[in-house]
Amino acid sequence: MAAIHKKPCTASKSSTESKRTDLKSNEKKGSWAYYMTNSPLLIVMIGLPARGKTYMSKKLTRYLNWIGVPTKVFNLGAYRREAVQSYKSYDFFRHDNEEAMKIRKQCALVALQDVKTYLSEEGGQIAVFDATNTTRERRTLIVNFAQENSFKVFFVESVCDDPEVIAENIMEVKVSSPDYPERDRESVMEDFLKRIECYKVTYQPLDPDKHDMNLSFIKVINVGRRFLVNKVQDSIQSKIVYYLMNIHVHSHSIYLCRHGESLHNLEGRLGGDSGLSERGKKFAVELKAFVKEHNLFDLKVWTSQLKRTIQTAEELGVPYEQWKILNEIDAGMCEEMTYAMIEEKYPEEFAMRDQDKYHYRYPGGESYQDLVQRLEPVIMELERQGNVLVICHQAVMRCLLAYFLDKGADDLPYMKCPLHTVLKLTPVAYGCKVEMFDLKVEAVNTHRDRPLIKVKTPPPMFRRNSFDPLSTKDQIKRPRMYSMGNFSPPPTLPPPAFASTRISEGIESVQRENSVDCFSAPDTGEKST
Amino acid sequence: MRGSCRPNNPRDRTVCMTNCPTLIVTVGLPARGKTYISKKLTRYLNWIGVPTKEFNVGDYRRECLKIYKSFEFFRPDNEEGVKIRRQCAMSALNDVRQYLSVEGGQVAVFDATNTTRDRRGTIMKFAEQNGFKVFFVESVCEDPEVIAQNIVQVKLGNPDYMNCSSEEAIEDFMERIKCYETSYQPLDEDLDSDVSYIKIMDVGRRYLVNRVVDHIQSRIVYYLMNIHITPRSIYLCRHGESDLNIKGRIGGDSGLSSRGKEFAKHLRSFLEEQKIKDLKIWTSQMKRTIQTAECLGVPYEQWKSLNEIDAGVCEEMMYEEIQEHFPLEFALRDQDKYRYRYPKGESYEDLVQRLEPVIMELERQENVLVICHQAVMRCLLAYFLDKTSHELPYLKCPLHTVLKLTPVAYGCKVESVYLGVESVNTHRDRPENVNVQRSTEDALQTVPAHL
Repeated sequence: MAAIHKKPCTASKSSTESKRTDLKSNEKKGSWAYYMTNSPLLIVMIGLPARGKTYMSKKLTRYLNWIGVPTKVFNLGAYRREAVQSYKSYDFFRHDNEEAMKIRKQCALVALQDVKTYLSEEGGQIAVFDATNTTRERRTLIVNFAQENSFKVFFVESVCDDPEVIAENIMEVKVSSPDYPERDRESVMEDFLKRIECYKVTYQPLDPDKHDMNLSFIKVINVGRRFLVNKVQDSIQSKIVYYLMNIHVHSHSIYLCRHGESLHNLEGRLGGDSGLSERGKKFAVELKAFVKEHNLFDLKVWTSQLKRTIQTAEELGVPYEQWKILNEIDAGMCEEMTYAMIEEKYPEEFAMRDQDKYHYRYPGGESYQDLVQRLEPVIMELERQGNVLVICHQAVMRCLLAYFLDKGADDLPYMKCPLHTVLKLTPVAYGCKVEMFDLKVEAVNTHRDRPLIKVKTPPPMFRRNSFDPLSTKDQIKRPRMYSMGNFSPPPTLPPPAFASTRISEGIESVQRENSVDCFSAPDTGEKST
Repeated sequence: MRGSCRPNNPRDRTVCMTNCPTLIVTVGLPARGKTYISKKLTRYLNWIGVPTKEFNVGDYRRECLKIYKSFEFFRPDNEEGVKIRRQCAMSALNDVRQYLSVEGGQVAVFDATNTTRDRRGTIMKFAEQNGFKVFFVESVCEDPEVIAQNIVQVKLGNPDYMNCSSEEAIEDFMERIKCYETSYQPLDEDLDSDVSYIKIMDVGRRYLVNRVVDHIQSRIVYYLMNIHITPRSIYLCRHGESDLNIKGRIGGDSGLSSRGKEFAKHLRSFLEEQKIKDLKIWTSQMKRTIQTAECLGVPYEQWKSLNEIDAGVCEEMMYEEIQEHFPLEFALRDQDKYRYRYPKGESYEDLVQRLEPVIMELERQENVLVICHQAVMRCLLAYFLDKTSHELPYLKCPLHTVLKLTPVAYGCKVESVYLGVESVNTHRDRPENVNVQRSTEDALQTVPAHL
């Protein structure tokens, strides 16, 4: 389908008036996945040492933060290291070592206090309590704590009896742990295995049939070979289960790159659907050589549905898949303009974007935040797959990279993703190793740094959506969106009488807003493109 | 969802989620919800674009036997019965092979009790010979209330029990279940550790998932873990009539007309009358749905994925203008409305992909009112009413009408409630002449009236 971009209407009105929204500083900026959570959730890890609890905690936290749910890990080992400055040997963990037991329990209580602060006061949504939690007694303590504070609880237990997996775990992450500064492999292995034995004595796994049948949990057995899922309460838990069922520990690499330089790139234009320039075509050829050279086993190639990525992939001569959701960020009214043109034509928009590039949504287009929501299935699929090469676009690549490298909303829109460069990501230990391959084909630089001078206005300007429902004035008193989940709204909902006066207010403000807002021009039936 | 590589003919793309076909096999005693799960899963997979078909061995048996006498047929010592049942299973498997290997199907759902390890072994061998992957879905339930309700809801209306009273039917069916109980070998953690399966216990209270090997199985598991059988209703309606509707223009982001506002008020009264328990309200992020919800005076959720189909270069045009400026596009759209993508816009196919998370969330929820748009409502409706991609773009979704969908037995009951506020008609049927050379008159034959 040839894209005939014909502007069907007259020249756009100069859009100097834009919607301003006063946001209270502590109000969440409406991340898309936020709707999935109502009361805060405490995820509790369970399992003997070296079962991948910290691996899963960190990965899950990274994923949840990326989709916009504020999440934090609380690792009990770190608290213990704080309390007991130097670790001597596995004797500390013997279950008959009373003094140590006292210290360990103390650490747990301190950690739980921090959890409470995070969830109740600091605006956190999910806390991951990363510890062995192997006894019923400890778990009961946690469940009671959660109940007192109205947190939901979801247990993630990792059960593994494959000695090879355990040995590999120990080698990868324990040898370099602060507990073992000498790093002598044999002694580390020996001490750690004895440490595990200490826990085994008192380990009481979750019992789905009797004792723990009313708890919500997932039991991950033998690194994801089997799962037992019990009493999932709501959408976010369902999503967490789905995520845990899709991750694996097999070694694989993910290659991210942009399409070759495009004709629009040469002109400094955003978006659009142009083809490759000469240098872009050269890049595609180099990319083919790169793929061959690296001898990638069973490589999958993904592109977007825009010309420039498809043309790049075509050159590789291997089967590839087109994903619409890998398309570049939609710049709406600013599509195909240069930054200079945007600054001239829509100076306020230009300024707004620099203030908060992550949340800023182009009029008629998307924001980085929207992009993250759009890309979530890609991330899920990348987790499932083996070796993948993703040929995409600047904004898209930034979002994907931010997921793998755990970059927050502040850094994401300014990550460097130059043309004609391939990034190789290899999961290692608790994170991701990045290698950068410059394929040595010249290209324009499309990166625009964070501006040094930030226009200072008290609340950041922020377009929420085309119609701003702030016509209902009491934005603060409005009940939290508990709609996803089983939590019923608190009895502070306004009584019907009050609600009816709100309707007329609502309609009135609608009419008022219409005259001011020119991005959705009311009665002219024209769209300023 | 994703296009396959090198689409020679873009129109022929089907979603290919698997490299080899998958055979889903249900396992469980009678009245455990196997057919319910099979049908629902088939409907979902077809909607997201994976060609799926279910094969119910009970149907084959009814074909073969013509007249059902009593539970005696199912007694394990009834040699004749055993032979016939085995034959029916084989016949069904042959049709499965035909569907997956010859007719281009991707997933087949083999719906039968499959309660013995022996029978399951036969099926796995069959699948291996033909290069199919196998995934078992076992339903285990011991709650007598659930089972009784099952029997009442779906067995009483079954052709097997056409000529008996309810009591007789229930009695006979309970005996039938007993016939299976003695030889039932549930999937076992140890003995079946190499088999890919999900065991659903007590209608979704607990799940045991073993050896999920690929994407489609992972999706199936996720779907099965999100569905429930708690009674509830889903209400679908469009926003009130908008200013652009009145002018016969598509897309855009206009506000409600005065009749639209009237509708919002009527909608509020309707909801109050219905006294729906814990109703959740969802809208899109476009003015017209938000304004409609605002009038209801209760909290609502905005979903960007519920936004109307993006008509790209044709946004805010009248059909007459589209015909004038883009007659070729207009004709192509009429030729294949489901797959046709507006230049710089979307197709219905894109819309379905966009709406999949909404469907998943609708499955999880209980009572929900979705205030959306014409194309979006068509997609959602097609999912619930199992409409094909040919029917989907022409489903009738008039303004100012609420559709109440209530899941019942194996399908969905639909009640249409017109709220009595006049509006324009925005439905455009497929014209007779879809040839690209057609005249303007032929093209505009079915355009509804507007200002």
